[in-house]
Amino acid sequence: MSVIDVLLLTHTFTSGPRPREDKQTKKHPETRMKGSPVLSLLLLCICSLYFVGLYLFMGGFLLVRLEVNRTSTCGDVLQPGQEPVDFCHTRPRFRRAVLIIIDALKIDFAQFDSSNLAPRPYENKLPVVEEITSSRPLHSRLYPFHADPPTTTMQRIKGFTTGSLPTFVDVGNNFASSAILEDNLIHQLGQIGKRVVFMGDDTWESLFPKKFYRCLPFPSFNVKDLHTVDNGILQNLYSTMTGNDWDVLVAHFLGVDHCGHRFGPDHPAMADKLTQMDGVIRSVIDRLQNDTLLVVMGDHGMTDTGDHGGESLKETDAALFLYSPVPLFPGPPSQDEPDIVPQTDLVPSLALLLGIPIPYSSVGQVLLPLFPPHDQAEVAPTGPSQLEALWINAKQVNRFLETYSSMAKDIPPPRLSQLKAEFARLSSEYLATVGAGRSPSPQLTASMQAYLTSVRETCRATWARFNPLKMAAGLVILAFACLMCYVLSELSFVLIRENARRLKAPAVVALAVGVCVAVGQLLTHGYIEVAWCLAAAALSAELLFFWSVYRTRTVHVAKNGSKPPKWTNWLTRRRLLIPPILVAFLRCASLLSDSYVIAEGRVVTFLLLSLVVYTPVHLNWDGLLLPPSYDPLKSAGLLPSPALSPSFVRKESSTLLACVGLLVGSLYLSLSFHGCREEQGYCQPSPFLTPLSRLQDSQMKNLHYALSVVSLGVWTYLLRHCLRHYGNLNSSGGAVFTARWILPLLSTCLGLHWAVSATPEDSFRNLGEMIKLAQLLLPRAAFCLLALGLFLICLDPLTVFIKTRATASARNSSLPLPRYRASTGISPQAELHHLIPQIYQRMRRSLDDNEPSVGSEVDNRPAVEAYGLGTVYSAPLLLFCGLLTLGMLLLHPEGMALSFLLLLLEMGALLHIHASATTLRGLQSTYSGGFNVPWAPIVMWSLAATQFFHATGHLPTFPSIQWSAAFVGFPDGHTGTAVPASLVTLNTFASHILFAVSCPLLLFWPLVCEARGSRGGRAAGDEGEDAVMEMRLRENPQQFSSALLQLSTRYLFILGAQVFASVSAAAILRRHLMVWKVFAPKLIFEALGFVLSSVSVVIGVTLVLRVDVAVARWFKRLIPDSSR
Amino acid sequence: MWDHEIRAMASTHAILAASVFMATVLPAVFVPGFSVYGTHLLWLYSVSAAVTVVSVAVFWLLGVTPPTKKHTLGYKLSRLFRSCLYFFLSCLFFHTLVVLYGAPLIESALETFSLAVLLTSLTTLRCLCVLGPNIQAWIRVFSRHGAMSVWDTCLQITVACTVVGAWVGAFPIPLDWDRPWQVWPVSCSLGALFGFLTGLIAAPAWIHYHRKHLTYKLTFISYLLGTFGVQLGGKDGFEATQTGRDCFVHMKAE
Repeated sequence: MSVIDVLLLTHTFTSGPRPREDKQTKKHPETRMKGSPVLSLLLLCICSLYFVGLYLFMGGFLLVRLEVNRTSTCGDVLQPGQEPVDFCHTRPRFRRAVLIIIDALKIDFAQFDSSNLAPRPYENKLPVVEEITSSRPLHSRLYPFHADPPTTTMQRIKGFTTGSLPTFVDVGNNFASSAILEDNLIHQLGQIGKRVVFMGDDTWESLFPKKFYRCLPFPSFNVKDLHTVDNGILQNLYSTMTGNDWDVLVAHFLGVDHCGHRFGPDHPAMADKLTQMDGVIRSVIDRLQNDTLLVVMGDHGMTDTGDHGGESLKETDAALFLYSPVPLFPGPPSQDEPDIVPQTDLVPSLALLLGIPIPYSSVGQVLLPLFPPHDQAEVAPTGPSQLEALWINAKQVNRFLETYSSMAKDIPPPRLSQLKAEFARLSSEYLATVGAGRSPSPQLTASMQAYLTSVRETCRATWARFNPLKMAAGLVILAFACLMCYVLSELSFVLIRENARRLKAPAVVALAVGVCVAVGQLLTHGYIEVAWCLAAAALSAELLFFWSVYRTRTVHVAKNGSKPPKWTNWLTRRRLLIPPILVAFLRCASLLSDSYVIAEGRVVTFLLLSLVVYTPVHLNWDGLLLPPSYDPLKSAGLLPSPALSPSFVRKESSTLLACVGLLVGSLYLSLSFHGCREEQGYCQPSPFLTPLSRLQDSQMKNLHYALSVVSLGVWTYLLRHCLRHYGNLNSSGGAVFTARWILPLLSTCLGLHWAVSATPEDSFRNLGEMIKLAQLLLPRAAFCLLALGLFLICLDPLTVFIKTRATASARNSSLPLPRYRASTGISPQAELHHLIPQIYQRMRRSLDDNEPSVGSEVDNRPAVEAYGLGTVYSAPLLLFCGLLTLGMLLLHPEGMALSFLLLLLEMGALLHIHASATTLRGLQSTYSGGFNVPWAPIVMWSLAATQFFHATGHLPTFPSIQWSAAFVGFPDGHTGTAVPASLVTLNTFASHILFAVSCPLLLFWPLVCEARGSRGGRAAGDEGEDAVMEMRLRENPQQFSSALLQLSTRYLFILGAQVFASVSAAAILRRHLMVWKVFAPKLIFEALGFVLSSVSVVIGVTLVLRVDVAVARWFKRLIPDSSR
Repeated sequence: MWDHEIRAMASTHAILAASVFMATVLPAVFVPGFSVYGTHLLWLYSVSAAVTVVSVAVFWLLGVTPPTKKHTLGYKLSRLFRSCLYFFLSCLFFHTLVVLYGAPLIESALETFSLAVLLTSLTTLRCLCVLGPNIQAWIRVFSRHGAMSVWDTCLQITVACTVVGAWVGAFPIPLDWDRPWQVWPVSCSLGALFGFLTGLIAAPAWIHYHRKHLTYKLTFISYLLGTFGVQLGGKDGFEATQTGRDCFVHMKAE
């Protein structure tokens, strides 16, 4: 101990002179960070602005509908007032049906214009339709077939089999598979024993798994391939038709659609394809028997460029051609035929023609001309008459409406009650008519049709229409929120200085405007639409904020005359044209292209790597990387000599370069943990993504397990070592307890859990019960430990150890002793190696100020050393993140432990790069001006968050969500949805959350690394200033809070810009082929990621503020009351 | 002020550009089936070789290459050897960098290496020609005040343009357009070459328009004297000192 004492004393001596800054600012020790509660509130306000924008846009863009998982049964369609007859066993109109779906068969393709002498490639290529409709008008009809948006194949197949209006997000029970769970034609056909044979587009197979009697799917993925699917169908179609083992035959041709995507409709290839289809229809008609109905239809149309997905007439109007060898229609085409057949109407018509119940959630209306009028019902062979069909249909629709409105509240209530009243009236009228045996009035038919139409219109308005106004409002609010973040980050110091006075007015006005709009809506419409109230509030707040900023700016300029204040030039072009911003811009721009979104993992890695490589290059460009040489001019006093020594600079730059190397290496390695999208055909998903329990090879299993456990161990060791290094493991507080005991215990739990879950179920038969119990208990124990740890950190975040030195030793030395010191190590070695006597100057000052009156007390007061004071802010944050990471690792497959180790290394490397760069820059310039974090590390941080989203095996697609996370600790499933949803969310957005929570570390790390710096610097005659590390922040509470505000607003700006780009992509490309496959999922992931990140940023900042409060209290306690 | 140099530089660059052009055209005439996309590697090598030969020849003739004090054959040979070694090391460096940036590690290693050779012949070779095999000087050149003659400024501009061109060239690779120039490494090598050509044009133009403001501080002579002469000592230091002194003399003469 004596050596240490001597060392301590010498350092005490060197730190004797009072640093200069102290003389300028004198504050009371317990001054907390100025405006600290304001900070959290402000961040919350900004986040809520973003959330309002996202909410509005999503409300206008994502069409959401609840799935009703009930099915119709044969008993539902009983006739009123009759004996119970089994509907399904009466003889149907048609025993069999052939459904030919020609993808993207636009109505223009099917129409024939004989006067057109120079047809374009897509015109007049299906003469068969015209020939048949003119020669056999009772047997056939051609209708325009109106599809509802989104006009993409999968949604359309869903539409014309369920009869409902599928939206992008059909909230059903299983989100993972795309199988249709709603009641549909295929299900009903199978239910009464019809044999459904399918051939063609393999989308059907995933939509209706195991529902077909026979299934011949062909790959539909390659849009460039015009023939595989069609030729595959043609090889089987005719032989199947002539055979006798089918009742309903579905053939889905893709050639026309692919031809449209590849060449556009106006291309000779389209003519060939349509001519081929003409031949197909002819041959099918030749082979039809009398009891068979032929339906030829397109699922959607196409634009002039051959795309589809949107809601323009060209995309929605497909062709529907009906034909039967026996007369199908009661008469030739007449005036009262429908001009256009909505796609939903096919379902009830087909159902009643084939003698099956109408699917439960169909909102279609029977195609009236297909049914015999009431007076001809006896003449017609079988099946319901027009009125009966309408009645069955209306009853079914009403039942669906009742069920749906009891589940979801998105249909406006006044409309709903109106529809219900209408049905009640119709029902009584119909029952009266049938009961009296009268022939029905035409008004009844008409009003039933009107009822059905109005139901469909209501549903469509709710589910199938973009709301451009809401989308635009959302975009504007988001854009303003981004801009506001930027302005705030530039103005942070001014704002904090005036205690955020300027921000109160917008908040109050926003509230007032929101309430006003709500009241106005209540008065005019009678109900409140929350979205618009929020929009009005958010917009008014943003505009008022900008106005006040603009006004104060002009006022400042007017006051100061010609010399504008420093912050007025915040929007100069040069400050925006720096490479970090350029990289952030490129990242945002990449979200607008589907190829880049598909390759997002690599794109982000590329950009991150570029920015990392840019850092040393830029330092070298500024001449800071290499030590400046001996300079005769400087040594002669001609130039101000900066206080840096070559060896120190060399050390810093080698640290920097080593960290760059480490970062680049871990980036490269992390590429091998990526998953694969289905669009990336060549790609192989990472082997580490498969859970251990699924590995067959036992040697491989052991290897993987060992790797995972080793990396978990290294991970825990590194974290603990870091904390120990800075002396944060010495005291006995809650946080230290967490670091010492809970952290290792948690990782042990994790390792054991992996071992248990990897055990094959049948290997230890007698231990089966125990393994099951362990599978249940170990993760739950880990969850509890995690919660306990996080709670302890929040309760007692201080990791400072106070060592009271014996007064005797102080007396022995004749030197003036510092009374408080922060050191980093407790063990002798640590003290020798990392002895950083930290003297909290401000506090000492305040003591000194009080001392003259009580001078005699000096010797009596015990000397105090505070270990870990230098990292008082960062240590709890680091620990918090560490615990969170372990918790999230628990939710991932075991192999991801390696990836999480890389994440830790990358985080550390990024922090060190940032710290070294700051130190190098700080040494050059005399005063850097506060603790501002520049753009480059912040952009790198946000890129790294996205990069690790991919490197932990996630992808922005729904099939790639790791659902197994929901069953960690709950192997038998759940009862509710909240727990599994939050587990899966934590799993999916692990890296977003981690990087956002640890964002304030960017502010602390240069100060933490200062320890290293000043020891090197002291050799160069550093005026004896101590390594005060993070205590610097306490000395300048204003700068601290402004830097914290700036950091978090900058981070929010970058995240917000990304989410804004994603939102714009969805808005601009809403007609794009890939919108529902690439952009919409990406938007949802990006938005959710943003919400979680911003909340995590607020959590991180709040934690820092919590530590600040604790530190203030600690100092208060430390200073004896007598000294005041 | 720098009229003589600018003229020399412009003509050098014209020759270089012409050599790139000839390296594309001549094989097309003589080699059957030659095309930039189809036989990309062949084109890459022909361009690299042409640029290498022409740069070495032109810079040697111009005398931009730092003169050596020692005229012994052994010293010259060692310089040549070191230049070759640096050239090869630079190829390896670029190869590693490109792989780290996401190029396939094993599958198309030859293509990646060819790109590295092209990048080396467009950037490192120029450093070798202008500064000699002296890595300290290379690092020094790429700083704000590191240029000590118009040739150094020109070097900064061309190298930056080439590297940025290759970087931008990677952008179209993930796009699903299925064009022949999206195949690895065609877009990158084309980007690098276009960047290089842009640099060839931009460097004399930029220097011409900024010739009034271009001052190469004398302090850097002393800087050099200090850095390399005092700190490093040895051959390198001596050589660098020579370079600095020569530049100084050269500027005085202007």
